[in-house]
Amino acid sequence: MEKYVITLCDGTTCIQKKSREIRTALEAEIQKAGIADRVAIHLSGCLGMCAKGPIVIVNPGYSMYGNVTINDVPEIVQEHLIKGRPIARLTIDEDHLYNRFFRVFGDADFFGKQMRITLRNCGIIDPENIDDYLALRGYEALAKVLTDMTPQKVVETVKKSGLRGRGGAGFPTGVKWELTAKEPGPEKYVICNADEGDPGAFMDRSAIEGDPHTVIEGMIIGGFAIGSNKGIIYIRAEYPLAIKRLEKALADARKNGMLGDKILGSDFSFDIEIRLGAGAFVCGEETALIHSIEGARGMPRPRPPFPAQSGLFNKPTLINNVETWANIPVIILDGADWFSSIGTATSKGTKVFALAGKIKNTGLVEVPMGTTLREIVFNVGGGIPNGKKFKAVQTGGPSGGCLPEKYLETQIDYESLAAAGSIMGSGGMIVIDEDSCMVNMARFFLEFTQDESCGRCTPCREGTKRMLEILTRISEGQGQPGDIEKLERLGNMIKKSSLCGLGQSAPNPVLSTIKNFREEYEEHIHQHKCRAGVCTSLLTFEILDSCVGCGACKKVCPSEAISGKRKEKHAIDPQKCIHCGQCFMACKFGAIRKG
Amino acid sequence: MSQITIFINDKEYKVESGQTIMQTADHLGYHIPRLCYHPKLSIEGACRVCIVEVEGVRNFVASCAYPVRDGMKIRTNTKELRQTRRDIVELILDNHPEDCHTCERNYNCELQRLAYSMGIRRRHFTGEKKHYDKDLSSEAVIRDPNKCILCGRCVRMCSEIQKVHNLTQAHRGFKTVVMPAYNMPFKESVCTACGQCINVCPTAAFLERDYTQELFEALNDKSKIKVAQFAPSVRAAIGEAFNLEPGRNMEGELVAAFRKLGFDYVFDTQFAADLTIMEEASEFLERLQSGGKLPMITSCSSAWMKCMEQFYPDLIENVSTCRSPMSMAGSLIKSYFADKIGVDPDTIYSVATMCCTAKKYEAARPELVVDGRRGVDMVVTTREMAWMIKSAGIDFLNIEKEKPDSPLGMSSGAGAIFGTTGGVMEAAIRTAYELYTGETLVDIEVEAIRGLKGVKEGKLTMDGAEIRVAVAHGLGNACQLLDIVRKEPQRYHFIEIMGCPGGCVGGGGQPYASVNAIPLDENALQKRAQALYDLDRHKTIRRSHDNPDVQKLYREFLQRPLSPVSHKYLHTHYHAKTPRGIIPRVELK
Repeated sequence: MEKYVITLCDGTTCIQKKSREIRTALEAEIQKAGIADRVAIHLSGCLGMCAKGPIVIVNPGYSMYGNVTINDVPEIVQEHLIKGRPIARLTIDEDHLYNRFFRVFGDADFFGKQMRITLRNCGIIDPENIDDYLALRGYEALAKVLTDMTPQKVVETVKKSGLRGRGGAGFPTGVKWELTAKEPGPEKYVICNADEGDPGAFMDRSAIEGDPHTVIEGMIIGGFAIGSNKGIIYIRAEYPLAIKRLEKALADARKNGMLGDKILGSDFSFDIEIRLGAGAFVCGEETALIHSIEGARGMPRPRPPFPAQSGLFNKPTLINNVETWANIPVIILDGADWFSSIGTATSKGTKVFALAGKIKNTGLVEVPMGTTLREIVFNVGGGIPNGKKFKAVQTGGPSGGCLPEKYLETQIDYESLAAAGSIMGSGGMIVIDEDSCMVNMARFFLEFTQDESCGRCTPCREGTKRMLEILTRISEGQGQPGDIEKLERLGNMIKKSSLCGLGQSAPNPVLSTIKNFREEYEEHIHQHKCRAGVCTSLLTFEILDSCVGCGACKKVCPSEAISGKRKEKHAIDPQKCIHCGQCFMACKFGAIRKG
Repeated sequence: MSQITIFINDKEYKVESGQTIMQTADHLGYHIPRLCYHPKLSIEGACRVCIVEVEGVRNFVASCAYPVRDGMKIRTNTKELRQTRRDIVELILDNHPEDCHTCERNYNCELQRLAYSMGIRRRHFTGEKKHYDKDLSSEAVIRDPNKCILCGRCVRMCSEIQKVHNLTQAHRGFKTVVMPAYNMPFKESVCTACGQCINVCPTAAFLERDYTQELFEALNDKSKIKVAQFAPSVRAAIGEAFNLEPGRNMEGELVAAFRKLGFDYVFDTQFAADLTIMEEASEFLERLQSGGKLPMITSCSSAWMKCMEQFYPDLIENVSTCRSPMSMAGSLIKSYFADKIGVDPDTIYSVATMCCTAKKYEAARPELVVDGRRGVDMVVTTREMAWMIKSAGIDFLNIEKEKPDSPLGMSSGAGAIFGTTGGVMEAAIRTAYELYTGETLVDIEVEAIRGLKGVKEGKLTMDGAEIRVAVAHGLGNACQLLDIVRKEPQRYHFIEIMGCPGGCVGGGGQPYASVNAIPLDENALQKRAQALYDLDRHKTIRRSHDNPDVQKLYREFLQRPLSPVSHKYLHTHYHAKTPRGIIPRVELK
């Protein structure tokens, strides 16, 4: 009889979708069937297909099952494990895939355009088992660095690879390493920025949950390169699973001699500690993060001096984000030339995106730089659900810009996105369909950045508040001629004069929607109209002749604005109507017009 | 440091490297507008008013923080820059009460001046303003967050210079507000009442608690005998409130103005300073000779008192039990003096004009109550007194000078220099030396402990014994010195500490910096100090123990220094304080 290995995704999304209950059920069912001796159950981190979770992979054969429920468990055991017949109904896709990091399994269109470097092990290895990582070339890069390379050579390699900071700004990583390496020691720090704060973004969380050792290995190599013995991972406390796995991974690494004194028998010593952030968005900014570690209020400070010269406790500090660190072991193992062969002229390697919003395959994807937005949205992402029309894609989290259809051919790289009026950011990607109002969208993001502004510099603290007030009044039908120009004046001023990246990018959603959807703003202001029907204050409701007089609308109206006799056409008093839309939803006959 | 070439507004300049754009521009005669910047404090980069354009840099840079580089092309006044700066200042105004006419800092407000110079004649972005309750809990310093523009100067002053760390920004975004830990009322916080936040605040977010109306009422109360006293450094600074250069001694004008305001008697706190020296020098010698607790630390500064009780309770026994000169004068006014003029002490209304906000706090300390009454009923600052003089229509600058009253009005030069850092120590040395050795100290000007260095050290030999002294001004420097004392208790014999930078001349109640001057400008502090040193030099009596009125006071009332009578009226005691947020030292161990 054939032996099977079942891999269950143990990422946060799949856990929410009851993957752990499925595991219990599987174990019970396997026990019952008496085949426990030839079936092993194995856990993995996030594979990125969150929309289709929980994910169950059965090997050999690379059968990938999605949307698995507890009710499917007996069928999987009976059909697949006992009779050897994969279940077509649950299989996610049939296309075969061959890729450097995906030869171990395929079978999914989702992965067709992807290339996984930083997420190479996510969804494949058990993140809580160091042996799994070791089996897939884990810590080989560290061994190579310690035995065959000088710190200068490591810095050279990273520089030559063309890797740029994945936290958003895209500063050349090798240059940062070189600057920090040049500073006098001996006290220097290495920091991993895992303070992922963009709403809807979960790249770093998934990367750590799925493969914590890659990040740790990258940091140790960084410490060796710049001459530091102390690393700190700054991670938000809201990521308990990631923290738990990091703690386990750090302990395992210590036990196996990858961390601590004289790593792998060399003269190099390095250790890493975890610091928890309290969830301030601005603490993702490097100087604010450093203040937070120091115990001060998380507020950015002017640069220069840069952390490379004066960072944590005023010592030279090398700070990179999770994804940047995760690239390092691969660059060391496979070489700078190979790495720089991927991507565009100025942006090398791959980028991880968290797909969210009105898109079929919400989840985590990693694509080579140079992939177009269209490929990500319509191929990898599977397009817009429910037959709706694409309206815009917002890249770069709350500080990014909204790009309409004409920018869909834009290639993903730092410069092209900036030229189109958005930013790479840390990898949030929100797809917007025709049901979304761009004014409301801009208001939503600005509300977030205003709330999360550290309050230090005037443009960001006061300016975004005024912009928010203007946007709010536009969306409530109180917009005035000149408001758009005021938004542009404030927005450009805030961008050019704010202290840190948060303020410098906070107006992006507003400026880019004005640039690309100006007519929607004008409709709101001049015609008091919201074409997407989102801004409720601008909506009017009217009962059409098809009304049968059932009274359902009258019953739900909270402001008693609807009158009419039974079985006769009802009417809405516009003076009393509060635009809540309850009547529209209650009407079973489509007799209420919203507009 | 090397010579580099930069361009400002297309003009080429050879300048020193290693400086910021703002520093360089200042030298070259370009005054870049600024708000949160203060040369004594760390770079905040918060207001963004000092932005300039640097060729090749995408965004504007804050000139206070950005260093000059060779070949750098800077523009300070382009159309876009002017509009951006203007808009930034308008944004600050938009979230400010704009009650300039009724504001304490009208005509003396950096924001007001900046808004005018930015050319904000119309408003574009008005909207919601913040609303917070004022914190009126403290006797000394009040806080009005509505006027705060979040420049962070107070926060930096309190933590970097004073090391009290009472203030911080809290909350985020538009809701950001400066407050003490746990939003404690000031009275219950670790605030030492030094008032330096008031000195550096560009607006009226911090003010001393204003007693001027009550004082005007009291001065009109015919049933009271109104008695004034004023601190040494008030005379050295009050002229600035009347647009005089710093460093003019206004003693005679002040005495005359007090009388014109309605005070019945005007005494000089400098007399009490002489008395303090008699007690303090004797206490020091007693400790020295009988093996008492050393080093002995002076106790004149009220902010320092509270600082010590909170942060250094382990040093309580090291602190002199002498009251401050103000409180000594206060208790004598209501005992010795009341007796002398034959009145019930309760009919006396005793008012002190001080350079200090913490003296308002000190006057209310229960430890200072004698026979059920406070020695000082009210303390007003130099600023408040200057306003009162103006408000009462007194022609301060042209007034005929007058002399203070007897018996608490005559002072030696030693009493005058109390008002500057090192002065108490210098005065004490003059007296202690003579009391110890029986010989008169000839070289009485002790240069080693003069000047604005943070911690100063000196040595003198008395009958072959080496006495090591140290002086610190500003609570931050004091903490630095006391941390040394904790580690090396034998290192010094005698320490002077003043809570404010520069000593009393830099007190929290001194006049605001004038237009185009920086708050707590060292130059101004030095000139104020010089006025006091000049006063000392021009006196014939320069040693406290030579003051005949002091000698008479001992003969008639106090008997001798450290006598039981002295102890009752001139000494006090301290208690460890642990406001919320301070972990008691015992628990730390």
